[in-house]
Amino acid sequence: MSAVIENHHDEHHHGPAKGLTRWLYTTNHKDIGTLYLWFSFAMFLIGGAMAMVIRAELFEPGMQIVEPEFYNQMITLHGLIMIFGGVMPAFVGLANWLVPMMIGAPDMALPRMNNLSFWILPFAFFVLLSSLFMEGGAPNFGWTFYAPLSTTYAPPSVTFFIFSVHIMGASSIMGAINVIVTIMNMRAPGITLMKMPLFVWSWLITAYLLIAVMPVLAGAVTMMLMDIHFGTSFFNAAGGGDPVLFQHIFWFFGHPEVYIMILPAFGIVSHIIETFARKPLFGYTSMVWAMLSIAILSFVVWAHHMFTVGMPLAAELFFMWATMLIAVPTGVKVFNWVTTMFKGSITYETPMLFACAFVVLFTIGGFSGLMLAIVPADFQYHDTYFVVAHFHYVLVPGAIFSIMAAVYYWIPKWTGNMYDERLGQLHFWLSFISVNVTFFPQHFIGLAGMPRRYPDYALQFADWNMVSTVGAFLFGVSQILFLFIVLKTVIGGKKATDQVWEGARGLEWTVASPAPYHTFSTPPKVD
Amino acid sequence: MLQILKRSINKLIITTSAFFVAIFSNNLNADWFALNMTRGSTAVSEEVFELHMLIFWICVVIGVIVFGVMFYSMWRFTKKKNPEPSDFHESTKLEIAWTVVPFLILIFMAIPASQTLIKIYDDEEGDINIHVTGYQWKWQYEYLEDDISFFSNLSTDLDEIYNLVPKGEFYLQEVDEPVVIPAGKRVRFLITANDVIHSWWVPDFAIKQDAIPGFVNTAWTVVDKPGIYRGKCTELCGKNHGFMPVVVKVVEQDEYDSWVNAKKEEAYKLAELTEKDWTAEELSARGEGVYQVNCVACHQVNGQGIPGIFPALAGSDIVMNDKERNIEILMEGVQGAAMNSFDYLSEVELAAVITYTRQAWGNAENGDGEIVLPKDIVDYKKPKI
Ligand code: HEC
Ligand SMILES: [Cu+2]
Repeated sequence: MSAVIENHHDEHHHGPAKGLTRWLYTTNHKDIGTLYLWFSFAMFLIGGAMAMVIRAELFEPGMQIVEPEFYNQMITLHGLIMIFGGVMPAFVGLANWLVPMMIGAPDMALPRMNNLSFWILPFAFFVLLSSLFMEGGAPNFGWTFYAPLSTTYAPPSVTFFIFSVHIMGASSIMGAINVIVTIMNMRAPGITLMKMPLFVWSWLITAYLLIAVMPVLAGAVTMMLMDIHFGTSFFNAAGGGDPVLFQHIFWFFGHPEVYIMILPAFGIVSHIIETFARKPLFGYTSMVWAMLSIAILSFVVWAHHMFTVGMPLAAELFFMWATMLIAVPTGVKVFNWVTTMFKGSITYETPMLFACAFVVLFTIGGFSGLMLAIVPADFQYHDTYFVVAHFHYVLVPGAIFSIMAAVYYWIPKWTGNMYDERLGQLHFWLSFISVNVTFFPQHFIGLAGMPRRYPDYALQFADWNMVSTVGAFLFGVSQILFLFIVLKTVIGGKKATDQVWEGARGLEWTVASPAPYHTFSTPPKVD
Repeated sequence: MLQILKRSINKLIITTSAFFVAIFSNNLNADWFALNMTRGSTAVSEEVFELHMLIFWICVVIGVIVFGVMFYSMWRFTKKKNPEPSDFHESTKLEIAWTVVPFLILIFMAIPASQTLIKIYDDEEGDINIHVTGYQWKWQYEYLEDDISFFSNLSTDLDEIYNLVPKGEFYLQEVDEPVVIPAGKRVRFLITANDVIHSWWVPDFAIKQDAIPGFVNTAWTVVDKPGIYRGKCTELCGKNHGFMPVVVKVVEQDEYDSWVNAKKEEAYKLAELTEKDWTAEELSARGEGVYQVNCVACHQVNGQGIPGIFPALAGSDIVMNDKERNIEILMEGVQGAAMNSFDYLSEVELAAVITYTRQAWGNAENGDGEIVLPKDIVDYKKPKI
């Protein structure tokens, strides 16, 4: 027994291994967090480049730079890469870095699986991207891949797409299991569930959502595979199958999926707002309950993506009402954030700017979401740019702003250096302005009647499309600045204190900056 | 890929300069004021519009209040103005208030929304029932009472799409043959699809219904004002998803009646054509038109197809040498592939398009060069003993 303990003890004095093998073999949560974050940034740039192709084509009416079939490949890959390669791995990266430090654990509970769940991801995306060079081109049926466009009518590369979705799913499930096991078993004594930092709470709920719905996605793509190669007819009407069944299965995964992409953001923003308002978060308990109710409701609203498929009246009414209900817990969260700022003592460093923008712009996305829930009105909004505007408002200034806020907020802890505040502020203002220039006009374009996934459009939509494209390119360029700021911080900069931010609370701020390779080998005391 | 990239960069430079020209010349016939949903032209679409505006204004009011408090706090409680933060971080009363009040507002919204929805779902027989079928990439309209059936294809010229000539006023919103309905009558649409899912949307009627293979969805409308109403396909359906508009022409009853008679006349003439003695040239000439409308999307103008997805017809063994199989493919489609049955085309059109593909692109010289007559199609359709 004592030998084992001895061994453990020894390891703590080894730093990270040298060279490439450090990253290939690592089981350290901080290293793996870093890998996830860099990987997601790379995907963000690739998916972003595709968005630029899309926006460039839409700059003016007429086909200018790509053909419609390539355009469809771009919208499909843009969506898949941003969701599965950009946002989700970024949140897993943050979970890896932060969850153990926030609960006073030495590492994730299942470190080897942690390594595996990261390293299969680059492989999945390599397969997905290589489909661009296959005969017939990459998947071209939209990220929602509705059958039978994605089965009977799909290019041959669909099989590779299915394979890569399976790998992404396996990676997410492993990541989720790891988070749950860590949180449930490795909290330092004294950290009861209702004392956990909100980011940890948000990830605990997210992880359960992931485990619940990723297998459903796997089931859907497997049924597609059977239809394509083994002669079944799950989704093929000619063989007695049901194309609408596909949509039910897909959105049973897809709706919880959108909360998977926003719950961790709720956690992040809560921490940042309380830190820079120098005031404890308002209504901690109600925040937890709100997240739980949002997560549970997310399982009974899926068909609000399908109001036009011809469901019976009773189903339409049920899904409308259930969807509207989500506004209640979401509202509670927004009110709590605003009240946290009330009577605070606020300063506006870059993370706080992003967090404030998050609250406002995410709420705007919430408003358009509420409008979309109203079935008769949705008959007019559905599958137009109004929907595109809505989900980009919750995903870009929502999820992605929260990720950027998190990077600015915790990077001093990760690297030991302060980022350049002036450049950070510049990055914020460029992003904030351009994101609105890009996506706000899309509300107009959609209401005026432009459907989504159109490579070309009627003349009355020309003006606002042009504005949107200009905004998109500005947003794209601003993110190069972000890359520069992060690199600059990694290389050097003003040394960060351990506390970093005056108002910061939580265990991660009690360890040194940069955080040592191993933290909390013995659990901290928490009262 | 590389080519695409190169072309993209060139075009980007051109479009960027075009942008500045556009901004300063100000002669776009586009519209900065196309900001809101249309009121439309039916009682239902009016109601939907009112509902949309109601929800919109409720959101605006909530937004003003919430953001008002937020911006005030952001301005008033900075560290400079309020160095000592309060410790106010819990209030059950507040939490209950901001749970209950939004809930009440939601009920207030849900009532009119549900009422309108129930009205839209009130689905009886129409005075006129039209079967709408989505195809890659066109719409078919069949009038159940009158035995009229035709296709409606985008009529915008490819040259307009590829910026070789100026774009017309109804760019991408015009078709060769609109669906015609009489004013003031209850018209019911029975919507389905033949291949992938499409969606039939006419904003002015507030109708958007998915067209799904194997399902028939219904929608109805009563339009009082004659005119032309334009809509679109709103479910991604493949490469020409953006190029299959919907155009509805609403006319007075008497005009509608004479249109119905003319369509019936046309069908009668077509039957006569089937009997006619055709020459290879006549058939080919007619077939080229049919090919342009029905086949180019996949097999391309030059008959070369798209490698890996759509096979070339130029040089295809079936097309050059196997008349029977060629007819069969057109009549039955190819199971499990994007090549669907074209049995809904008339005998003349089928014979013409097959003959055209057997004659064009050197196929006649390299193959048996035989033509297919409308009579052959009629024979094929006869029950086999
Ligand atoms: C939606 C796309 C699409 C359209 C439109 C289409 N085809 Fe096809 N066609 C295909 C595909 C895909 C195949 C290959 C089927 C297979 O797997 O064998 C095919 C195969 C064929 C073949 C057999 C070629 C060979 O060598 O095997 C013929 C002949 C043909 N099509 C003729 C036509 C004609 C004539 C039209 C217009 C009336 C037409 N097609 C319209 C997609 C299309
Ligand atoms: Cu369509």
